[in-house]
Amino acid sequence: MATDAVAISIRAVSHAFGEPGGPRYVRALLDTSLDIARGELLCLIGPSGCGKSTLLNIIGGLLPPATGTVQIGQTPVRGPLPREVSFVFQENALFPWCTVAENVTLGMVFQGVPKAEHAMRARKSLEAVGLAEFAQHYPSELSGGMRQRAALARALSLETGILLMDEPFGALDEQTRMILGEDLSVLLARTEKTIVFVTHSLGEAVFLADRVAVFSARPGTIKKMIAINEPHPRKPEFVTSDKFHSLRNELYTLLHDEIRKAVSQSAIAGTEAKA
Amino acid sequence: MSARGRSMRNRLLSRAVQIAFLLGLILLWYLATTQWGVSQLLLPNPVAVYHELMNVLSSGEFVPDLKVTLSELAIAFGISSVSGIAFGYLISRSHYLIRVFEPLLAGIYSIPIILFLPLYVLFLGLGPSSKIALGATISFFPIVLNTIAGFGYVDAIFIIAARSMGASDYQMFRYVLVPAALPVILTGLRVGFTVALLSILGSETIASLAGLGHRIVQLAEGMESARMFAYITFAVAIAAILNTAVSTLENRARRR
Repeated sequence: MATDAVAISIRAVSHAFGEPGGPRYVRALLDTSLDIARGELLCLIGPSGCGKSTLLNIIGGLLPPATGTVQIGQTPVRGPLPREVSFVFQENALFPWCTVAENVTLGMVFQGVPKAEHAMRARKSLEAVGLAEFAQHYPSELSGGMRQRAALARALSLETGILLMDEPFGALDEQTRMILGEDLSVLLARTEKTIVFVTHSLGEAVFLADRVAVFSARPGTIKKMIAINEPHPRKPEFVTSDKFHSLRNELYTLLHDEIRKAVSQSAIAGTEAKA
Repeated sequence: MSARGRSMRNRLLSRAVQIAFLLGLILLWYLATTQWGVSQLLLPNPVAVYHELMNVLSSGEFVPDLKVTLSELAIAFGISSVSGIAFGYLISRSHYLIRVFEPLLAGIYSIPIILFLPLYVLFLGLGPSSKIALGATISFFPIVLNTIAGFGYVDAIFIIAARSMGASDYQMFRYVLVPAALPVILTGLRVGFTVALLSILGSETIASLAGLGHRIVQLAEGMESARMFAYITFAVAIAAILNTAVSTLENRARRR
């Protein structure tokens, strides 16, 4: 892969939580290397605790890795890079004391966008997610799905090349999730953004991703990379196609053993904690 | 009827019951003094109290005492809110300091500090200083504890989100920490204000040279029951007005 086509380059990244040898020591991520192409949508999927969110936070500079390096373009990541990378978190990351419009604007204030551009960019990003009419509402007045749309609008208004999404639809019901996934696919087909998307949902991964990185159980590393060769925006019919099903089944088979492993790990950890 | 109209009607109804309850108490009071032979010295007639109250208000006799009490309250609350918020913020910046100081301050808050009044009087005399110091001490605790709770337990996701968007330290403080902590701090200020008022009025009745509490005890000792009740009514009204004003300010700042 040519260097200028690589948006994010991850080299031998490992991470652990807690003191080595201590009771709470957990090796979350093990020797992971990966190149993410410019404009690609990469899904990270794996059992709970496999380090996929850890990897996302390391890419975004929110967490320094124990070993290894991450580069955004030519820049080594040593902390948050608000001009290059924006986040959408799982839930409740909107400031409840601000309206939707104020939330979006505050992101631009933090990032250092000139004041003259605030109103226009806020309107544009809220329109893109279909929330223009709710600009003056507080997050508590919105449904869970609308809140995540607002969080996405806040990230879009920052106009970063890279968007990191940490189970953004994880707390939503299946139907809302499906609709948001379809809308996201349409929206992202129009942008050139590089996106890393953490999810638990097999269907979501197949529907959204250009490639899916399947993680092993803890300590997590990429077990297999699966390419989804289907143009964006993906149509709702894609979900009922044979191709979708065979890809979903492939993911299921890959994940099944790892999830079993992860569950027995946490069962052992549970008995140790009791003892 | 619309839901709004119904809730309005319910509110009016419960307000009417509250007023009827208070009027009933005054009626019982009236009957006790006129029909059931309770001594006027112990419980003066409400009509007599009303006349005394009008006399107190029209003569302006209350002004010096009210000034003393209110200035004690203002200074005490000023000291406790500035120091409570400052200390609370500093403590909230470190998990270690929170772990050390929060239980300590909560423990001290739970003892009746009013018992130290003799000590305050011994050190600072019978004048306003001892009342100010006591009021400031007592109201410091709810303010500092709520400030620690407000700043110390801001949801980590807000801080992470702001940091990921490039918030500077000042922006983090101004746009994330302060608005997140404000409701809890305002509650602390309201509670602090109330306990400052209570402890100042209370300590004035125990050891003082002037103030509303002082005046009430003087009248009691002079057996002027009706005038004493008039002053109690006046002090209660002042306290109610101040507490309502503070609650209104709190709610307005919260709604923003």
